[in-house]
Amino acid sequence: MQGEDRKPKNRKQIKGLEHLAPLLQYLISGLTNGAIYALIALGFGIIYNSTTIINFAQGEMVMLGAMCAISLFHFYPSLPLAFLGGVAAVTLAGLLFERLALRPVRDQSPIVLIIITVGGAVFFEGLAMMIWGKEAYSLPPFTGNAPLRLFSATLLPQNLWVIGLGALLVLLLEAFFRFTLVGKAMRACSYNRQAARLVGIPVSRMVQLSFGLAAALGAAGGILVAPLTLGVYDMGAMLGLKGFSAAILGGLGSIVGGVLGGLIIGVAEALASGLISSGYRDAVAFLILLVVLFLRPQGLMGGRR
Amino acid sequence: MNLRRLANPWILFALGVALVRAMAANDYYFTLLNIIGINTLLVVGLNLLMGYAGQISLGHAAFFGLGAYTTGILTATYGVNPWLALPAGLVVAGVAAFLVGVPALKLRGYYLAMATLGFGIIVYIILNQAQEWTGGPSGLSGIPPLAVAGFPLDRPDRVFLLIWPILGVILLLSANLVNSRLGRALRALHDSEPAAQSLGVNTSRAKLLIFIWSALYAALAGSLYAHTLNFIAPVSFSFMFSIKLVTMVVVGGMASIWGSLLGAAVLTILPELLTVFHDFEIIIFGAILMGVIIFLPRGLVRGLLDLWEFRRYKKEGGPFPVS
Repeated sequence: MQGEDRKPKNRKQIKGLEHLAPLLQYLISGLTNGAIYALIALGFGIIYNSTTIINFAQGEMVMLGAMCAISLFHFYPSLPLAFLGGVAAVTLAGLLFERLALRPVRDQSPIVLIIITVGGAVFFEGLAMMIWGKEAYSLPPFTGNAPLRLFSATLLPQNLWVIGLGALLVLLLEAFFRFTLVGKAMRACSYNRQAARLVGIPVSRMVQLSFGLAAALGAAGGILVAPLTLGVYDMGAMLGLKGFSAAILGGLGSIVGGVLGGLIIGVAEALASGLISSGYRDAVAFLILLVVLFLRPQGLMGGRR
Repeated sequence: MNLRRLANPWILFALGVALVRAMAANDYYFTLLNIIGINTLLVVGLNLLMGYAGQISLGHAAFFGLGAYTTGILTATYGVNPWLALPAGLVVAGVAAFLVGVPALKLRGYYLAMATLGFGIIVYIILNQAQEWTGGPSGLSGIPPLAVAGFPLDRPDRVFLLIWPILGVILLLSANLVNSRLGRALRALHDSEPAAQSLGVNTSRAKLLIFIWSALYAALAGSLYAHTLNFIAPVSFSFMFSIKLVTMVVVGGMASIWGSLLGAAVLTILPELLTVFHDFEIIIFGAILMGVIIFLPRGLVRGLLDLWEFRRYKKEGGPFPVS
């Protein structure tokens, strides 16, 4: 009724916004996905900073996060517990992966490390298929499913959760690196490992910590997105590779860059699927990746390398 | 100069192929052998890149796919002679490799891995989406078999007579390439890029050449694949297949021409032998890839030999087995 009343008054305004309406919708879905990509990109950046490894298994942490949280929720239906439990389990997986697969390797050449993390990614995907099978599972949204209206677009409460919690995690991460001793030690390792070791920083523990932290971020991203998409064993590969594209676009290792890269890729993807063709949606991130590698390989925010 | 040293394995290879040809009983075995030959072709090329140039391609299935689809579309849709379509496939894949490789190989480090990864996924998406050309996810059928002098190679045992001799020539070519000026330059830059540069090696050019070369092998394999199976679908050219190729290289041993044959053969036959393998293919490939590179970084055979030598050394003493 109220809407009926307001309609004539705002008609002019609405008419002006009419062709913008789908754009706003794309922007919302793009920012939501972008926030997830950003969290994944940060995981790539953290590990790259401490080891100069690109951990291709990062996307699988997202998948494991979603799947673990879904299983925990079925076991004991409490979303906060499922969230924390999922993050904790995946952090453990990240720590174990570093300890068991990367640290024992004597030949630390880039090609060997790439192969190990790619192998790890495939292994985790296969493991998830063994545990959960090929079905897709759902997680209920954090606070209801009633769509909200924003001007002419609709958005779900979960969109807000993803963007809000994503932003909060990024701020916490920045604060961790800036204000805590451990965070400062990790940054020292990324600037110069030798010097960090000289002043008494346990470098290998910092490396392990970075894997744990990256896994936790990825898991959080997976749990946030699970109510919107579904949890499937093979969701990690695509998310991980897009997060990787975001990391490269923003500049590997830069927090601001990772966030920017994630959001740009998310929005570009949504616009492309809405305005051009939804079939090529998944290609957008990789097209951006190629263009960045060719024109500005250090990324938007990367100056050092 | 090393003709006599070379002669042995090559004669053995030819004899082995002839023996297998005589022994293989039915079409199933010939098809399997043809797939092994095609995979070996792919793996040798990737191995030249990984083992000798120290670079990795995570999108090699894309070059395989470009070769297969170029010949497939030209012959099935436009009725071009297969022997003309095959070089067209090589040109398409070669140009693509050039475009991806030029910018990526100027930079040191991971960039080729990243660029090929992105490229591989884009090609895979295009193969699925460009339905009017590729037939989309349901694939492209009606690709004619190759014919030699009017004699159609329309049965697996006949194609065998084409694929394996071609493979023999490619293996010989690759072994010679490794010992050529380019091969020496590649090994030098694998050990130390600055050192190789200071000795006058144009490192980015050497890497680019070997990358294009390996893409050409993949395209050749793709054309042969299309004409052998007469049907292609995007699934065969996915990211997962690129990873399988990397696994084959690692299992066979990086920087080993014969290892490529071994790696391709083992990982093509295993899934056929073990049904468990089929259900848990992904996890097994992941475990093999990680396990072999961590514990036997020089490949399965070389690694087991090393372990055996090391045990003998521990038991009997004597000179430490350095290799």
